[in-house]
Amino acid sequence: MTSIAGLPRVEHLPYDIARIRRDFPILKREVASGAQLVYLDNAATSQRPVQVLAEITRFYRDHNANIHRGVHTLSVEATELYEQARAKVARFIGASDPREIIFTRNTTEAINLVAHSWARKFLKAGDEVVVSEIEHHSNIVPWQMLRDERGIVLKYIPMLPDGTLDLDAVQSIITERTRLVAITAMSNALGTIVPLDVIVARAKAVGALVLVDGAQSVPHMPVDVQALDVDFLAFSGHKMLAPFGIGVLWGRMALLESMDPFMGGGDMILTVSMEQSTWADVPAKFEAGTPNVGDAVALGAAVDYLSALGMDEVRRHEREITDYALRRLADVPGVSIFGVPDAEHRGGVVSFELEGVHPHDIGQVLDTKGVAIRTGHHCAQPVMLALNVPATARASFYIYNTTAEVDALASGLEEVGRFFGVRK
Amino acid sequence: MAESGLLEDLYREIILDHYRQPRNRNATIEPTCSADGANPLCGDQVRVDVALVDGVIEAISFSGQGCSISQASASMMTEYVKGRTVAEALQGVDAFQQMMLTGEAPDLEGFDDIASLVGVAKFAARVKCASLGWKTLAQALAEGGGTVTTDDGSR
Ligand SMILES: Cc1ncc(COP(=O)(O)O)c(C=O)c1O
Repeated sequence: MTSIAGLPRVEHLPYDIARIRRDFPILKREVASGAQLVYLDNAATSQRPVQVLAEITRFYRDHNANIHRGVHTLSVEATELYEQARAKVARFIGASDPREIIFTRNTTEAINLVAHSWARKFLKAGDEVVVSEIEHHSNIVPWQMLRDERGIVLKYIPMLPDGTLDLDAVQSIITERTRLVAITAMSNALGTIVPLDVIVARAKAVGALVLVDGAQSVPHMPVDVQALDVDFLAFSGHKMLAPFGIGVLWGRMALLESMDPFMGGGDMILTVSMEQSTWADVPAKFEAGTPNVGDAVALGAAVDYLSALGMDEVRRHEREITDYALRRLADVPGVSIFGVPDAEHRGGVVSFELEGVHPHDIGQVLDTKGVAIRTGHHCAQPVMLALNVPATARASFYIYNTTAEVDALASGLEEVGRFFGVRK
Repeated sequence: MAESGLLEDLYREIILDHYRQPRNRNATIEPTCSADGANPLCGDQVRVDVALVDGVIEAISFSGQGCSISQASASMMTEYVKGRTVAEALQGVDAFQQMMLTGEAPDLEGFDDIASLVGVAKFAARVKCASLGWKTLAQALAEGGGTVTTDDGSR
């Protein structure tokens, strides 16, 4: 197993937006109408830099073999690269031990792993799981399934009209019967940054564990699991420059050791007889079958890319763009913005509506301008319900977006308004 | 938006007209059959109420919310089927679905406005929006009414 101390150092690079954009050739392409792409759907998935694409190719071209199996050179190299990626991810989120990193397909699978291997083993009827009203469906549905199957009680921390959580309610909703608080660090629908310290303090006070859905935080801001003092962290590679199909569950070692396996099969066993099997150690216990080696290695390259920029710098850049977008869009006739008014407490996500125009139509017209945004319920229907809208339009930013792209969005929206006859 | 022929293809003036001034929307009728339709992925919703007398659609009303395409299409649908028999209305539904599949407008009496929706066929993501009102009508006319969804699970 590769240690974190044994990893090569990552050279810091200055935040040069022109150089960053050159690393993403897709940003130069045109859409169907001939307009140049303005990619503002990063909360759904990010683009991938040439460094990550090259890493995928290099793995399959030079090192491809199955891992943990052979004595031959390629298998040894592939195993080393896979384990090195694990150590890189551990370093990236401040985990002390690479074995605490379990590779999954995505955030959804990581959360389901906890529901299956921890909650099904340790929770009984009447135990409480607390989530919030601003969760993505992937941090609601697994707990509803568990509720229906096991009779646990599922409770929600409500959202206030400004998109923040009702922190006063936290004290009464998280009780002595609460065993787990599963909470997003940042809302994908509204961009709300959740004050995890308040939630963690209350959870610790009642002896509950905390699972953080980091799908929108790990790609966009510094995340340190020790400083957060949480128990599980789930996130997806595809939202942070890595390929689809690779995600991460981080958990505390003692917890992971106490848990049951996720799936049964090869790689997760120590011994198998006809009668029974014994489990392999963490993390192999949770990684049954041949894993997604190539994409895990590419995730290692992605975290190297982000580390070279520095996550503080990533956050600073996104805060600037978001601050600009909040001011610029507020000037567009008919636009109202949902959620927290300032970029300080909001990630790079701006959800909005344009009076008299359905989000679908906004997205369609913007597409002819090359501007790619997301429209719909963003897999967060409880948020839509609380806002009393069927859907919103959402622009979301990343390391390569510029204020000129925000201008393209704003002037596109002005045109949408004129097209559908929105009055000033 | 003169420079963008693509958009004009999708949003013909007659479509925007039906969107801004929907026909038979929230009309007060005494329905004999009804159905609700939804497009869960984008949040479009349509309800269709029909008053049938001797196999003829005497009155029809739609309500709901959604994008211009879904609402305009539902509005045109109500205009088309009003006064027609159930069999004729269902023929219209078939003709509409066919138009979404082939991208060619049918040669059907009374279909002129509706044919302006032919451009939608080029926008795969919007076909579900345009079809919602028609599918919901078919559901209302089928025995029992009920609920339809245009989400067949495919993305
Ligand atoms: C906050 C949040 N949680 C969970 C997910 C689910 O991620 P995935 O689809 O990669 O499992 C997303 C993705 O949209 C998200 O934004």
